[in-house]
Amino acid sequence: MPERKVRGQVIVALLLAVLGFAVAVQVRAQDREGIYPGARRSELVQLLDSLDAANLRADRQIAELEATKRELQTSTNATQTAQQEAREEATTLAILAGTVAATGPGVAIEIQDQKGSISAATMLNAVEELRDAGAEAIEVNDTARIVAQTYFADGDGSITIDGAPVRPPYLIEAIGSPQTLSVAVSFPGGLADEVEALGGSVFVAEADAIDITALSQQRAPEYAQPAP
Amino acid sequence: MIPVIGLLVGIAAGLFLDPSVPVALQPYLPIAVVAALDAVFGALRAYLDGIFDDKVFVISFVSNVVIAALIVYLGDQLGVGGQLSTGVIVVLGIRIFSNVAAIRRHIFHA
Repeated sequence: MPERKVRGQVIVALLLAVLGFAVAVQVRAQDREGIYPGARRSELVQLLDSLDAANLRADRQIAELEATKRELQTSTNATQTAQQEAREEATTLAILAGTVAATGPGVAIEIQDQKGSISAATMLNAVEELRDAGAEAIEVNDTARIVAQTYFADGDGSITIDGAPVRPPYLIEAIGSPQTLSVAVSFPGGLADEVEALGGSVFVAEADAIDITALSQQRAPEYAQPAP
Repeated sequence: MIPVIGLLVGIAAGLFLDPSVPVALQPYLPIAVVAALDAVFGALRAYLDGIFDDKVFVISFVSNVVIAALIVYLGDQLGVGGQLSTGVIVVLGIRIFSNVAAIRRHIFHA
């Protein structure tokens, strides 16, 4: 094979190598860069437009969802507040109705009655005086919780509270402002004087912690209905 | 035989080295490749006709690539780069097809 022919072939091979190289590089670059570099201007504009539209849609969606989120949060907060209020009210009502034990500052009043001359009326008076002085929870002898439905009746040498006999000495415990309560008992012409006039005696002790553990029987109203 | 080896070596080098195309060359490389392909098919046809000349091949190869790149460059400067690229591709494509048709007639006699 003449030398000239070999050289020609080598040159052709060289050029083909360049071509192959370029093809490979271009194919690789096309793979890597995706569709955008080869796209025309109008296509790119269209692409941009559709992206803008999608962006706008997404923005609107975000706004909507955030509004929904805010609404839900607000309603959740409202629900929580309502629940909190309902719980507090339930606690208040439970104390008033005497269905839960209560503790707090108050007074313990001991009434000695050797002659058995203390009547239900006197006891009712005592309770009324304490209520007037702002007593929030009252019990007698650790057994009878005094609530709105409580009734007093005279028994045989004792007092009947809510149908259960309570015997002297009577220990009335009341939660409220200790000073106010003790003044309510001992003011001239008040409970203390009344009891002493009947031949009994009264001892009042103020305490930082009075525990009222007697519970009243909850009775569902049989006749009364909530008025519309 | 040597040219085929050269082609394979070039492809392999491109695949393995995997260089990134310079930004300035990006619009011209595809056109240049098609132009070179046209030259190659023309050379193959001439070879089968028995009138292949390496000097002619080298000149047609280089001039094809350069002219194609020049046309695209000019189009870019005039603001009709996309259309001119399409035009060049169409013309080169027609030429490639006719060359391949001639080669086919040589090989299959049909």
